[in-house]
Amino acid sequence: MEINHQRRQFLAGTTLAGLGVAAATVTGLALAQQPADRIIKITSKRFEFTPNRIDLKKNQPVVFELTALDVTMGFNAPDFHVRADMVPGTVSRIRFTPDKAGEFTFLCDIFCGSGHEDMSGTIVVT
Amino acid sequence: MGNNLKRRDFLKLAGLGGAVFASGLAGWPGAAAAQAGIAHDDFFFVQLSDSHWGFEGAAINPDAHGTLQKAVAAVNSLAQQPDFVVFTGDLTHTTDNPVERRRRLSEFKDITAQLKVKTLHFLPGEHDAALDNGKAYREFFGDTHYTFDHQGLHFIVLDNVSDPAAKLGDAQLAWLAADLESQPADARIVVFAHRPLFDLYPQWDWATTDGARAVALLMPHANVTVFYGHIHQENHQMTGHIAHHAAQSLIFPLPAPGSQAKRTPLPWDTTQPYHGLGFREVETRRRDLPDLITELPVNGA
Repeated sequence: MEINHQRRQFLAGTTLAGLGVAAATVTGLALAQQPADRIIKITSKRFEFTPNRIDLKKNQPVVFELTALDVTMGFNAPDFHVRADMVPGTVSRIRFTPDKAGEFTFLCDIFCGSGHEDMSGTIVVT
Repeated sequence: MGNNLKRRDFLKLAGLGGAVFASGLAGWPGAAAAQAGIAHDDFFFVQLSDSHWGFEGAAINPDAHGTLQKAVAAVNSLAQQPDFVVFTGDLTHTTDNPVERRRRLSEFKDITAQLKVKTLHFLPGEHDAALDNGKAYREFFGDTHYTFDHQGLHFIVLDNVSDPAAKLGDAQLAWLAADLESQPADARIVVFAHRPLFDLYPQWDWATTDGARAVALLMPHANVTVFYGHIHQENHQMTGHIAHHAAQSLIFPLPAPGSQAKRTPLPWDTTQPYHGLGFREVETRRRDLPDLITELPVNGA
C-alpha cells in the first residue's frame, strides 16, 4: 500500500536494463513524462481532520501524507480498505487508487475523546 | 422459570407490546448438557444497553437524567423477574475528565442497584473505557472480560472497547480460544460484547477491528448467539450459523446503518416520547420450542 518513488524508479531501471537502447530511450521518455502521484497532506487534531473533504479522480493514484497534531488518531476509509494510524511527530503515507466514483466516508477509528464520534470527512471521487 | 405463558400474557395485557423476535438462542438445550444430567429449566434474562449516563442534549433526550431510572422501574415492574440483567456497555457517556468519569460510573452503579434483580453482569463500552483502557471502569465493575455459567449455558463477556482502536487484542483472543477449547462442540454459548464482532457498518465505526478472529474461534461451536449494543437500535444478523442481536439504547436511537450521511442521533419525537428506546428480554425454553427475544419500551408505554 505504501508508495515509494525511489522503488518505482528502481523497478523502471531494472526493466530498462533488460531492453535494447532504442526501447530504453522510448520507455525512458514515457517515464519522464508520467506525472508523479498527487500528494495530499492530511492532519488531525481533536476532533477534526484537515481537510475534511478530499476530491479525487477515479483511477488516478494519490498519496495521503497523514500526521496528528495532538494525540494518536486513526485514518480509516473503509470503502477503499485504506487505513493508517496518525501519530504525532511522524508522517504515515498511504498510496491508493480510487476505483469507484461517489462520496465515501473516512473517519477516525481510534477513540480520542468526547468529540470522537463526530470526527469524520468525505472523499469525493469523480 | 415455570410460567412463561403467564408472563407473556401479562406483557400483552399490560399493553407493553414488545416486539417478539423468535429465533434467538440456538440449540437449547445442548445435548452435552443433557448427557451431563444438568437440570435445565426455562429462564430469561434482560439486556439493557447504552444508557450513556451523563449525556446532555435536550433536543435528543430531554429526560436524559431520568430515562435510566425509568428502565430500572420497567424491569422491576415485570411480573416475573429475570434470572439476571446484563448491561452491554456505554453505561456512561464519555468525558475527558477522569474525575467526572468516575462520578458518572458511581451514579450509574447506584441507580442500577435499585433493580430488584441482584445478579447483574456488566461490560464496558468505549465511552466508559477507551480513554483510560478501562481503568476507571474496573474500579467499579471489575474485569472487563470474563465468563459465567447459568442453567447449563456458558456465557462469555468480551471487551472490544478498552483498546481505543476497538481491538480484542492477542491476549484476550488467546484467552477466548482457551475457554472455548474447554467447552464441548455443542455447548450452548452466549457471547456478550459492546461492539458488533462483525463488520456491520465500518463507515460509522460499527465493527471490531479484529472481531473476525473471535468469530472464527466461535465458528466450530454449533450453538452460539451474540448479544451486543453500540448501535442504539435493534438489529439481527447472521455470520454463518451465529446470530448477532443488537439492542436498543436507553438514551437516544441512531439511524439505520448507512441510511443517512452522518451517524447523528435521531431527534426526540415529541409525539412519541422515548420512541426507539428500550430493553429486551431473552427467554430460553426447553427442547424444541423456539427461544424468544422480546423488545420492550423503556417507559412501559
